[in-house]
Amino acid sequence: MTDITPSAPKGRIGKIIDSDVFYSYRTSPVAIIASIIATILVLGALFAPWIAPYDPFNPRTLNLMNGFTPPMSESFTGNFFLFGSDHQGRDVFSAILYGSRVSLMVGLSAIMFAMVLGVSLGLIAGYRGGLTDTVIMRIADVQLSFPSILIALLIFGVARGIIPPSQQESMAIFVLIFAIGLSDWAQFARTVRGTTMVEKQKDYVSAARILGVKPIFILIRHILPNVVGPVLVIATIGLALAIIAEATLSFLGVGVPPTQPSLGTLIRIGQQFLFSGEWWILFYPAVTLILLALSVNLLGDWLRDALNPRLR
Amino acid sequence: MTETLKAAPVSQPVLSVKDLKVVFHLRRGDFTAVDGISFDIMPGEVLGVVGESGAGKSMTGTAIMGLIDRPGEVTATSISLKGERIDGLDEESMRRIRGKRIGMVFQDPLTSLNPLYTVGEQLIETIRRHLPLNEKQARERAIELLADAGIPDPAGRIDSYPHQFSGGMRQRVVISLALAAEPELVIADEPTSALDVSVQAQIIKVLKRLCAQRGVAVMLITHDMGVIAEAADRMIVMNKGKIVETGPVGDIIHRPQEPYTIKLIEAIPSIKSQNPRYVAAVAKGEVAIGGKTDAPIVTVDNLSKVFDLSPSLFARVLGGKSRKLVNAVNDVSFSIQRGQTYGLVGESGSGKSTCARMIVGLLEPTSGSIKLEGADIWRDKEATARRRQKIQMIFQDPYASLNPRWRVGEIIAEPIRALGISKNATEIGDRVADLLERVRLDPAAMRKYPHEFSGGQRQRIAIARALSSQPEFIICDEPTSALDVSVQAQVLELMSRLQEEFGLTYLLISHNLAVIRQMADAVGVLHNGVMVENGEVEQIFSDPRADYTRMLLDAVPDIAKVA
Repeated sequence: MTDITPSAPKGRIGKIIDSDVFYSYRTSPVAIIASIIATILVLGALFAPWIAPYDPFNPRTLNLMNGFTPPMSESFTGNFFLFGSDHQGRDVFSAILYGSRVSLMVGLSAIMFAMVLGVSLGLIAGYRGGLTDTVIMRIADVQLSFPSILIALLIFGVARGIIPPSQQESMAIFVLIFAIGLSDWAQFARTVRGTTMVEKQKDYVSAARILGVKPIFILIRHILPNVVGPVLVIATIGLALAIIAEATLSFLGVGVPPTQPSLGTLIRIGQQFLFSGEWWILFYPAVTLILLALSVNLLGDWLRDALNPRLR
Repeated sequence: MTETLKAAPVSQPVLSVKDLKVVFHLRRGDFTAVDGISFDIMPGEVLGVVGESGAGKSMTGTAIMGLIDRPGEVTATSISLKGERIDGLDEESMRRIRGKRIGMVFQDPLTSLNPLYTVGEQLIETIRRHLPLNEKQARERAIELLADAGIPDPAGRIDSYPHQFSGGMRQRVVISLALAAEPELVIADEPTSALDVSVQAQIIKVLKRLCAQRGVAVMLITHDMGVIAEAADRMIVMNKGKIVETGPVGDIIHRPQEPYTIKLIEAIPSIKSQNPRYVAAVAKGEVAIGGKTDAPIVTVDNLSKVFDLSPSLFARVLGGKSRKLVNAVNDVSFSIQRGQTYGLVGESGSGKSTCARMIVGLLEPTSGSIKLEGADIWRDKEATARRRQKIQMIFQDPYASLNPRWRVGEIIAEPIRALGISKNATEIGDRVADLLERVRLDPAAMRKYPHEFSGGQRQRIAIARALSSQPEFIICDEPTSALDVSVQAQVLELMSRLQEEFGLTYLLISHNLAVIRQMADAVGVLHNGVMVENGEVEQIFSDPRADYTRMLLDAVPDIAKVA
């Protein structure tokens, strides 16, 4: 057997470039394109205040005279609109930049929340087993048997009832994050529980138990690092779903307040004008949402394959 | 070094392989698993292929059967079965050859049988696919085959499912299945490695007898020189994808020519050689080794463990017929003298690992006591703390016993940190470096991850971890059974040396009797959870009292048995 002699890569960056995951990235055109699109969208959202030609939420800069300007043209007042403008004379392009900001922020926070909750419960269920496991996993099962958007709607509705009307506007985003996050934890819990049950049988866990290491430390220091792979994959794919969930809720009018429109809100506004010929108000936000969700999803798919060579 | 037998004019070789290469095209370059090997197998001959892990022996068998998938590539001048070329055939023609002309027996009998069909259905299907028989005739033939393979009451057992057979019986079924279509060649890849010694001996006999009766040639692939010695006529020694040596089994075992073969054979512990410490003690005129010291370090009294395998909580509480209790360990007593090694021997399911887990504190005993220096380890918090301080464990599988996400340095330092022996980072670093040196590893290894090491090196890391809290008593649960023989010899040697250096006491658990004879001072034999024999090592090996021990000793395949 001739040994494969890897040309030992130097330094941390060298190691990353030489790693199998990076190799799989380099050789996957889908992953490269998806990551480029995702990066552009994320950067656009992040630097919205500097990139956007107009501030779409400052009523003073809005001019009704600019309303319904088609894409790539100038309005009566001489302003140029790349993606056209809506009925209030808002620049669609700027609105998309600010809108993806809200969408991404809500999506990311929701998935982080779901991840922390799901991973913790999954670890506990998998490690403790028995009654704890049964209770946690049955709750997850019940929840997974409903469409998650329905759960989010339910949570959103309940929260509306609890929070006093005066604070509803300001709390709306947090309620949204909570609702989407809570409807998504079960996926994490299931995967993590399975992996935990496999890992806890392994002798390195026994070795720690012999030393009397407390279960909480065994979970955090020993088992957690070994379950992050699948969790990362679910989180990436989940992010796409969370963004769509937010858009759906906003489209239904129960999401973020109209003063802070997300991509979903923009689509809701746009669809009113679709049949009167002002297609761009709906079209561009919708395409952005599709590109964002699709690219993140494809990245998640690629990550799953890259981290699990058996699936290739 | 490759020797090709000249084809005798009278009989043509069943299998003739010329210049076989298996290359895997990986992104870091080509990896040659089998590097240009040539050999012949004559009709009725058993050819043993032996080598350590990674030698390319299984790859050779798989390549002959045409089962190498991408990115692997098989090239050969020729592979011929009874003079017909079988290399480069398309998948469809190859499928007709597999099963019909080449039978296969794999290591794990559970995965080679379909759990959803009865044994009979699988046999009849195979027979009818390849032979022109009707359902009834095929069934009769299947019963005959099972009877030949030594399955008692074959007519009654033919409609059982694979899980209703024991491991040994299942492997007999797999052998019948391999022979069902009357093949000319059987390729057996580690057919007995998953089985206990007593069963292993029977399976080798069955395989050898059946093939001899039918004139079937056998390619027997194994890492176990003892199995080859017992079963094969001629053997090939492989290393790094090449044939090192080939010839009649007796010649190679008694007069190995190549340095690699010599080293390999020397590394095999023989069950016939006496315990070195015993020999030394006798030479000095002492009667027993070590002599009885004052008080034993560990005493186990009437230890029992019952597992409740009842299907539901209901059955557990109510009892009755559905209550299923398993006595894994039943009333076991023994004691271990300080500075000695106590060997615990038994087949799978004998309760030896359960014993180990109770002594180390992972499982609570159902009844009985385990005393460490006179104090019960399960008594109170203080006793638990003392147990953690003084008892450590080395596990069987060095791939599962080291956390793959931790650096070696952190792994070895874990006991030091967990037991609060030291909190000073530099002091811990120094100790880890010292431990690595003592297990003959480079201290720079502490910054690497476990996957960067071989199996033997990982086991050294595991030993270093066990030593880091300065225990007095170490439980070694099959410490070398996942390792190659040459590596096993090194690890055992290291264990002996560390024992002297630190005055350690070992509880050595193994199914390998030769290892136990070489290492232990006293031995206990477990069978189905019961201690059938307990005494000093040479007494047990030279004059066993229990029938079970005698049977176990006779069953061990040994290279010394070759004429």
